[in-house]
Amino acid sequence: MATNIANAALLKLRHVQQVYTNGQRRFIAVQDVNLTISEGEFVALLGPSGCGKSTLLRIITGLQKPSEGKVLYRDQPLRGVNPHATIVFQTFALFPWLTVFENVDLALKARGLPANIRTPRALDLIDRVGLDGFETAYPRELSGGMRQKVGFARAMAVEPELLCLDEPFSALDVLSAESLRGELLELWTSGSIPTKAILMVSHNIEEAVFMADRIVVMDKEPGRIIAEVKVALPHPRQRKSEEFQKMVDEVYAMLAGQTQPEAVELGSAPGEQGHTRALPKIAISDLAGLLEYLSELPSNRQDIYRLPEELNVDPNHIFSLTEAAEILGFAYVEKGDIILTSLGETFAEASIQARKEIFATRIRRLPLFRWLTTLLSRAENHALDWDVIHTALELEFPKDEAEKQLDTLINWGRYAELLSYNDDKALVYLETPPQPATPSGRQ
Amino acid sequence: MGLLQNTAVPPKERLERSFTGGDAIVILFLVALLYGGARLAFDAPAFIEGPQISLKPSTLPWYTLLSVGRMLAAYLLSLLFTLTYGRMAAYNRRAESILMPLLDVLQSVPILSFLPVVLLGLNAILPQRTAAELASIVLIFTSQAWNMTFGWYQSLTTIPKELREASSIFRLNAWLRFKRLELPFAMIGLIWNSIMSWAGGWFFLMAAEIFTVGSKDFRLPGLGAYLHEAANQGDFRAIAFGLIALILTIVALDQFLWRPLLVWADRFKVEMTESDEPPTSWFYDLIHTSRLFLWFGSLFEKANEGFDHWMIRRAPMKADWDENGSKLNWRLVAFYLLIGAFIIYGGYRAVEMLLSVPLPQWGQIGTGVLATALRVGVSLVIALLWTIPVGVAIGTNRRVATVLQPIVQVTAAVPATAIFPILLLFFINMTGGLNLAAIFLMLMGTQWYLLFNVIAGASAIPQDLKHTSSLLGLSRWERWRTLILPALFPYIITGSITASGGAWNASIVAEYVHFGGQTLFATGIGSLISQATAHGDYPLLLASTLSMILAVVLANRLFWRRLYRIAEEKYRLE
Repeated sequence: MATNIANAALLKLRHVQQVYTNGQRRFIAVQDVNLTISEGEFVALLGPSGCGKSTLLRIITGLQKPSEGKVLYRDQPLRGVNPHATIVFQTFALFPWLTVFENVDLALKARGLPANIRTPRALDLIDRVGLDGFETAYPRELSGGMRQKVGFARAMAVEPELLCLDEPFSALDVLSAESLRGELLELWTSGSIPTKAILMVSHNIEEAVFMADRIVVMDKEPGRIIAEVKVALPHPRQRKSEEFQKMVDEVYAMLAGQTQPEAVELGSAPGEQGHTRALPKIAISDLAGLLEYLSELPSNRQDIYRLPEELNVDPNHIFSLTEAAEILGFAYVEKGDIILTSLGETFAEASIQARKEIFATRIRRLPLFRWLTTLLSRAENHALDWDVIHTALELEFPKDEAEKQLDTLINWGRYAELLSYNDDKALVYLETPPQPATPSGRQ
Repeated sequence: MGLLQNTAVPPKERLERSFTGGDAIVILFLVALLYGGARLAFDAPAFIEGPQISLKPSTLPWYTLLSVGRMLAAYLLSLLFTLTYGRMAAYNRRAESILMPLLDVLQSVPILSFLPVVLLGLNAILPQRTAAELASIVLIFTSQAWNMTFGWYQSLTTIPKELREASSIFRLNAWLRFKRLELPFAMIGLIWNSIMSWAGGWFFLMAAEIFTVGSKDFRLPGLGAYLHEAANQGDFRAIAFGLIALILTIVALDQFLWRPLLVWADRFKVEMTESDEPPTSWFYDLIHTSRLFLWFGSLFEKANEGFDHWMIRRAPMKADWDENGSKLNWRLVAFYLLIGAFIIYGGYRAVEMLLSVPLPQWGQIGTGVLATALRVGVSLVIALLWTIPVGVAIGTNRRVATVLQPIVQVTAAVPATAIFPILLLFFINMTGGLNLAAIFLMLMGTQWYLLFNVIAGASAIPQDLKHTSSLLGLSRWERWRTLILPALFPYIITGSITASGGAWNASIVAEYVHFGGQTLFATGIGSLISQATAHGDYPLLLASTLSMILAVVLANRLFWRRLYRIAEEKYRLE
């Protein structure tokens, strides 16, 4: 399959946009996406969480109608759920009350196949993904890797032309994920499945370079495609090889490499011109942990894509932590490496109280935080209702996001001892009176 | 479910086993069913036709069967209503905005108020006996349907997104989705709600079998009528027999129907881990290995396969995006117009009727509401006083639980209305009479909701918090104040909401009774409703019913909902 190069286009996206509206504000989840997937291609959609790659997958499969733009399948506009595409879900999406066999069988039954065709086909696929003997097991009796094998068997049973994988390995442990990747590549490259093309959503750079023929790189805010790279390495690819490592670094540089000027980096305050940057949702103890880890390394730097494995945390979480460290000036990113700044080093080595003080000086610089303290300092008793602030934030963020942002603000502010929060009354207030310079009309 | 696995990969030890005890039971069950049916058909004794209720113990099996039949009919009706109404509300946003508030109001409507209207309406077009039967079924239906509908709606709206997406991607049509996704997902909740609905149904069945509207006396042969008649005549032997029959029926239903169903439904748990303490049922264990049962199962599976294919061919999945979603459907518009016209006309007539209620009667209604509210409050306080200590004892102490749990379950299953006539025998000559007895009836009907909630709350207190409080050396009172009461608070509130709603409803039965040839009534809104019913005074009936609805809805909105929110936000253990 992979050897069939330059084939007919299977799927085309033309100026696809997904926009959500909340009152007056519009939030762009996916902006002006153009993408073509041809027969014989294995395409990876790569990007940080929140870049709209899952939304794009749902648009491609027809689960969701894009607010603008065209989705063409074999040059025909898509009118609903695409009958030629299936999805392997990140969380498996198996019916817990059906056995392995019944789960696969149901997908075939829904297409109206009679039992005498279904049963051998389902058994054959279960056998091929290596679950022979587990036909009558329920999903809860299986390990994560085995469950995902059922997911693959079910998706391939209906012989889709376009097989979509929604971060299929990210909920698995390292070993199962690796073996399952190998098995999928084996099935795909040997041409033993009738699948014409594979589209995989991923946030794991190494995984994308390891499997795909082409990597489509997306970025967030707004979710959009920022680059496309061909991966010309022959299968099976060697992770340790120089070309492979070079490719990984190259993709990384595209994904998060560019450090932007501070004004862009920090965004603007709500209500002002420009885009308010959302704060990453992280626990401060985790950030401190990462900084401490980096400070103990000889050159205070590390490959970001190695961190998840070494610290045994989710790659998404590492991305958020990196983002937070960058915003606060504790670290910067260069060519796929995260490097501790001297401030970050000081923070890592400081005492509990000193850490709080450093943290306080850093978050005072953030426009979003400054906006909140100004708001509070103008309020009666320097206190405001949680709901009031939430409503104000909703001008800038969608409802759920506004809630998360406010929680993060309160969380950070409490740690820095700049804010207090009374949960019973749902009141946010300033811990210390503001500096006389900040508010204008007060004497 | 699970039967297909037998055709695909048969588990051998099962099929090779010879005749089992389960087979014997299946056969016995079939024989009993055939015999019962035949006797009913050919040999129906004369007494079940007439309005006279016979107190001979030999009549009890018939009466029981008739009562259970009524319950079953009402339950099937509730199930049908639940599945359609809940589905409409869950999948159609426009319908949801009307249907869910409506359901909320329907829930707080005093059901018994509607019996006369239903009964007289039906009586106008049907023979009296049929009308009475139908009215009792409708009445029981209204006591069963709401919680089931809420439960089903809630399940439908909480189905995980990825399972829905998988269903669309794999093109499950509406039928397969219902059978393989919605029903399994909602099954456990549906069964628990059914159990609750049956308990509620028994309560109203007892009241629905003997009913007087104006000068018309409607009587239905059944257990409720039997118990009422027995108490009326002061026949203690008959009372004992009646109660035994009732308890046996309830226990049998629990052992042969609900428990096996719960065991079977354990497979529908969504958690991806094995449960620690799955429910058990000796009857299920016996039955599901029986060869006959498996044989029926495989027969059923064949028919099922055929039916699935027929459904798939007839109604393939509607996969297209709703292009004209904003366009108005004229049929829907006509439907809404019709409903609107009906509401306007009904409202006009109702206002006309309300205006004809004289002022002194409004005064009576006001005092009535206050008196009943007081009674509801007192019964709630009494219930709280005993259920909290007992519930905590059961919920935290395994040994106490094993002794008390079965006793509590059986006692709770006996509908308060069945014991009420007997209670009256004792209260009738006391000072305060019905005014006190009414509190007792409310108490009996509602304390169990509280008790079960307290037990659930107490057993949900995390072990580590209990350890911490004993490590801290808290005194008994401090432990109650800092750990147990706060932890119980949300459960107590939930229980109290249901309990007080039930108590308001029960006031209609409790505050006005015909007994031993005399009529007794207490001061209260329930009493007014019953009096209005008995005298056929429809303006008063409407006015008092509306007042009660208003009182219940206001109490819920202003008092309970606020407490509930505090409970949700502050005292939730996660």
